[in-house]
Amino acid sequence: MIDTARIAEMIQAGLPDAEVDVRDPLNDRTHFEATVTSPSFEGKSRVQQHKMVYAALGDSFSGPLHALQLTTVVPTKETK
Amino acid sequence: MNIAPEMQEKLSSQVRDNDVVLYMKGTANFPMCGFSARAARVLQSAGVKFKDVNILEDDDLRVALKVFSDWPTFPQCYIKGEFIGGSDILLEMYESGELEKKLESVPKT
Repeated sequence: MIDTARIAEMIQAGLPDAEVDVRDPLNDRTHFEATVTSPSFEGKSRVQQHKMVYAALGDSFSGPLHALQLTTVVPTKETK
Repeated sequence: MNIAPEMQEKLSSQVRDNDVVLYMKGTANFPMCGFSARAARVLQSAGVKFKDVNILEDDDLRVALKVFSDWPTFPQCYIKGEFIGGSDILLEMYESGELEKKLESVPKT
């Protein structure tokens, strides 16, 4: 079983400068949502940004993690 | 992991020969997963014809696509041979108007 804390921890480990918010809206530990804000996304395409987050999650998708709705954000001065 | 040459060729020609391809769980009419349903709805709302490929019917294809696209999840969308991403990216692009721009030269339904 995986939970929001574990997912957040993995993303944080892979992207140390990121602000990570992971939610489990249905409380089913299966369908997660994450918003990841990181200055390292700057200048990268959305596909590249998502790949960076997936890389941090390793092979979780082949195992306990079924679904992750992902939003990646490049921080602006206002959100800092 | 490597993809078998025949599979590589099959995928390359599929994304080249179809303007828009959606690799999904189920079909556009009968999606088997909420994310796949959402991606199909986005493309339907954009009013373009697209080829839907049910990855649940072919496990070799499903496994190969993860490597081919370097993407761990489904759905996966290709437009004019370019990998666009999954349902989250499709929806964001639809809302921002980027998708419409990408689909300018694609025949509408």
